[in-house]
Amino acid sequence: MLTIKNIETWYDLIRALHGISFEINEGDIVALLGSNGAGKTTTLKTIMRLLDNDQPEKGTIEFMGRRIDRLDTEEIVGLGISYVPEGREVFPELSVMENILMGAYTRRDKKAVRQDIESLLRQFPILGQRRSQQAGHLSGGEQQMLAIARALMSRPKLLMLDEPSLGLSPLLTKEIFTIIRRINSEGVTILLVEQNVNMALKYSDYAYLMENGRIVRADKPEVLREDDDVKEFYLGIATEQSVKGYKRYRRKVRFR
Amino acid sequence: MIEQLITEGLAIGACYGLFGVAVAIIYKTSDVVNFGQGEMGMISTFVAYHILTQYGLPFWLAFALTLVFAVLLGMFIEFFFLRPAKDPTVLGLLIITLGAEMLLMGLASWKWGAEQKDFTFPLSVQKLHEPIPGLVLNEWSIGVFVLTALIMVLLFLFFRYSNLGIAMRATQQNQNAAKIMGIKVERVFSFTWGLSSLIGAVAAMFFAARSVLDPNFMMEPFMRAFAAAVLGGLTSIPGVVVGGLMLGLIENFFGYVWPVWKPIVAFVVIIIILTIRPSGLFARHYVKKV
Repeated sequence: MLTIKNIETWYDLIRALHGISFEINEGDIVALLGSNGAGKTTTLKTIMRLLDNDQPEKGTIEFMGRRIDRLDTEEIVGLGISYVPEGREVFPELSVMENILMGAYTRRDKKAVRQDIESLLRQFPILGQRRSQQAGHLSGGEQQMLAIARALMSRPKLLMLDEPSLGLSPLLTKEIFTIIRRINSEGVTILLVEQNVNMALKYSDYAYLMENGRIVRADKPEVLREDDDVKEFYLGIATEQSVKGYKRYRRKVRFR
Repeated sequence: MIEQLITEGLAIGACYGLFGVAVAIIYKTSDVVNFGQGEMGMISTFVAYHILTQYGLPFWLAFALTLVFAVLLGMFIEFFFLRPAKDPTVLGLLIITLGAEMLLMGLASWKWGAEQKDFTFPLSVQKLHEPIPGLVLNEWSIGVFVLTALIMVLLFLFFRYSNLGIAMRATQQNQNAAKIMGIKVERVFSFTWGLSSLIGAVAAMFFAARSVLDPNFMMEPFMRAFAAAVLGGLTSIPGVVVGGLMLGLIENFFGYVWPVWKPIVAFVVIIIILTIRPSGLFARHYVKKV
């Protein structure tokens, strides 16, 4: 459904993505994992064309057989990609209802929009209760639900979530992931960026691991879970000890 | 006498408020105080004057054509002056609006000359009416009150219920998120400038009817309107109008007691407000949670 081939993204003189390629199949939950600064968010922003206008510098992005790496953001939204940004980014002084309405900005079918709002409010009852409250006054978890609901209003075929668990309690994180799985079961393909590797591996069908702007592992979650490097660096299971008995900060490893 | 002072103060205050709203709309969307606002209104008024004197069209038609011109002018300035700025800072944009101001002023002096002209306005300050016994209003004030009220109601409905209005508010709160929603942020900006220029032009024509028409005539009203906007809080549109009304009253009473000091009242008010409550009397400011 989404095919990314060899994209390179630059922030002025710094190359953030060193030519990454991956593919997302329809109906999957795909996780993009990695530590801070690995380039996960940059990848999503590159897909959405939120960076400078001449990015990505190289490579192609294809969505449902159509090249989108030179389209405008609003056209990409119209084609059916929706993005829930890191840190939720709801409109703080708009009401919950208005926030949701903004998600449907590119749509012209008013009647269907109203139906979608109704069904969304049924899915997220807490948003229904707070429909006329300012979004800035919601709690973090409610804001995250609002951001997801807002992104769903454009009826996306592909939903990209950037760190949905950021700043949420484990319980809420679980709830958010349950919601993500439910959305997926309704036919929306999902690209998930996470630092919470454990959770992400539990819920995804396929996972890519990024480091320093490159994809260094690509496999099913069951396989990645058993990978020594993943175990040590992301799941926090220490395995190796040095000769003198203390844990080295980092095992020597060269990906690629 | 006292009623006279109040009504007159409120009328001129409403006019300040209206012009302040024009400033506030741009400030709200882009954090930029448009120092060219006064001159945009001035040019629009000159266009109205030109249409009236050169083509002899009826006033209402000239008025309508001027409003169309004002919208185009606002969009033009946004498109050719502000949009090309690369990685703009607020200060940079502010300087650009200052440049636009000087350019427009020069343009007006070149085209229409610097001498003072009479702007024939159908609503005169001299003709008095008494709609309710005991309340004497001149035609001009009635016009200002009606138009200000009308514009406020329309703006309220627009920002509350129309998709574009909500999108404008969304853009001012979070540009990035607005882009992600598929809102064409640039189009929102150009619309904002058009709308602001239109409201500014209406107010400017009312100012011109009271004083004379020359390339400098909007300097003072602009500063006053800006003071009114600061008084009410630049981020709240009703606040700006209330600020305008208050400033009109203060100024009129002050002018009655000490006529010599009347021109500086507005600036004293700015200074006092900035020291006591810098965000303005009615500003609701959302503080971002970290």
